[in-house]
Amino acid sequence: MTVEDEIEIMGQRLNDRINKIFGRSLHIREVDAGSCNACEVEVTALSNPVYDIERFGLHIVASPRHADMLLVTGPVTRNMELALLKTYNAVPSPKLVAAMGSCACNGGIFGDTYASGGGVDRFIPVDVYIPGCPPRPGAVIFGIMVALDKLEQKIRKKEVRA
Amino acid sequence: MNIENIDMIRKEFKSLILNETVSHNELYLTVKKDVAVKLCDYIYHHFDAPLISMFATDERKIEGSFKVHYVFSFDREDAFIIIKIDVDEKSPYFKSITHRIPAASWYEREIQDMFGLVPQGHPDPRRLINFEDWPDGVYPLRKDFDISTKPPRVKGEYAYRRVEGEGVYEIPVGPVHAGVIEPGHFRFSVAGEPIINLEIRHFYTHKGVEKLFERLSLDKAVFLAERISGDNSVAHAVAFCQALEKIAGVDVPLRARYTRVILCELERLYNHLGDIAGIATDVAYGFGAAHANKLKEEILQLNERVTGSRMLRGMNAAGGVRRDIGDKKDEILLTLARFQRDFRELIELIFSTSSVMDRIETTGHIYTDTAKGLHVVGPAGRASGMDRDTRRDHPYAAYDELNFKVPAMKSGDVFARTKIRSDEVAESIGLIEQALWSLPEGDIRAEIRKIPDGYALGYSEAPRGEVIYWVNIKENRIERCKVRDPSFCNWLAIEYAVLDNIVPDFPIINKSLSLSYSGNDM
Repeated sequence: MTVEDEIEIMGQRLNDRINKIFGRSLHIREVDAGSCNACEVEVTALSNPVYDIERFGLHIVASPRHADMLLVTGPVTRNMELALLKTYNAVPSPKLVAAMGSCACNGGIFGDTYASGGGVDRFIPVDVYIPGCPPRPGAVIFGIMVALDKLEQKIRKKEVRA
Repeated sequence: MNIENIDMIRKEFKSLILNETVSHNELYLTVKKDVAVKLCDYIYHHFDAPLISMFATDERKIEGSFKVHYVFSFDREDAFIIIKIDVDEKSPYFKSITHRIPAASWYEREIQDMFGLVPQGHPDPRRLINFEDWPDGVYPLRKDFDISTKPPRVKGEYAYRRVEGEGVYEIPVGPVHAGVIEPGHFRFSVAGEPIINLEIRHFYTHKGVEKLFERLSLDKAVFLAERISGDNSVAHAVAFCQALEKIAGVDVPLRARYTRVILCELERLYNHLGDIAGIATDVAYGFGAAHANKLKEEILQLNERVTGSRMLRGMNAAGGVRRDIGDKKDEILLTLARFQRDFRELIELIFSTSSVMDRIETTGHIYTDTAKGLHVVGPAGRASGMDRDTRRDHPYAAYDELNFKVPAMKSGDVFARTKIRSDEVAESIGLIEQALWSLPEGDIRAEIRKIPDGYALGYSEAPRGEVIYWVNIKENRIERCKVRDPSFCNWLAIEYAVLDNIVPDFPIINKSLSLSYSGNDM
């Protein structure tokens, strides 16, 4: 199966879930909290004509205020900590957070040092972890799907209002 | 190394040179610290040798003092001269050379933040890497600073340069931007539409990389080098490995050196395509952007099929490469043939679309003397009359055995930078084809059991420009690793490139310079 076929199948499944939970589309704000920029290359790739995630109802937006989900990359550097918190607070509830890449999951090779915070969940609550260095675009789409499952569970348990 | 040059320096400074050592193509001259300004000035202006890196080391335990190193490149001779001075802990000052060599500005501020050595007479002595909430007297790269320390946040304020006058207002942008890009702060002062001043403030993504190198094993350190600027993984890994190989005195097998050329050029291809796509996006030429992004994706998928990693990671190791790609020859050639045909079509389209040309010609001008003063490197430098390319001037891997041209222009605008990239794409394809056709038989990796104590420079030409490593090994561990990413040189140029341009053209100028935040901040 080619990359394109794989993405087509996964994308359709994702589209069904977005339709069910969010009505039509899921808006994502990407935050680089100190990544090496490889994750950014892959997030950018999500919008190229091969993956073209907009056709599945995923939209990368310019402001956290328009977002349903934060996609955070990087280990959260000391110098980005405040900016990440402010961005998180600007996202309206109910909100999802995906930690993308090894550094965002647990600090990765940069670890926990004077400059590196050791992972996103030390600063804001994380719903889904997308491992990889960097994760391939297909993995990011899969991760977003898992995050939606989690939100669906929360809605069912009445932890959040849809 | 050209003896004539050294003799001239010896004649001029004979009694002032305290020590002289040569290793490979590097000449180390130790002088008293008050001679440094004069000597650096002499080398820079007399031989037209650019300052390509500058760093400090903490050798208090071994030699009782800090050292500051100034690295100058002699391009025609493929040699480097490194000036060394001692700076005592009790008198932690050295004279700034920024007023003579503007390119030294950020290096000196970096040394001030990381080592607590003060460059006296620096025109802008503000903090650079440590933010205002970083406590005084804590210097991360000193040996007595433990990497896991978390210094408390203190109160402080960062003073931006202020531009005042009737109708002048400021536009603050970042660190979190509207697009999918890295974090950094831009402060524009504008009067109407034209930008009259831009101040950039970076180091939001400072991850303590140089300190981290000192804690990692040599094998793991290669992976860290790959993660300094993610889209330039190969260039960083190659530069770092070459420094280790130089210290170890190991000859890298020819097959590995050819493989490195292929990897470096595949990296250049996807980076240049990404930049061309970005420029097309920012001038609202959606069709061109989609086309370029599709071509970039083709290279990324080829990378994965050939090496297992879309960003070509995990391929390099000290001594050579870790995976033989000889059996992928046909696949690479076939993909590139298709790619080349599509790319030609794309470039013809872009350069014949008047709505694109109208936005990119004369926009974001960088004059040759600005480029020279700030030591702008890579395609951005070559578009502004800086005819330098590490692959040709300091050949590494197998570049001295292959044919390629280094395109150079003088007009220094966004168009020139785009044109240089598109010409380089053609050269890169040629290099990969040559390397594949003449790929020598043999091993892909020389065994390195233990690396003796020593130090050396490692360098490569990343898609963004020259990458410089200086590595010092002690007892098979890294004692100090100074990394200089091309973006560290090129960022300051943007403050000049945007002047008199309108704010809506800033994204195009930024994209055309293709700057890495992570490589700069580290």
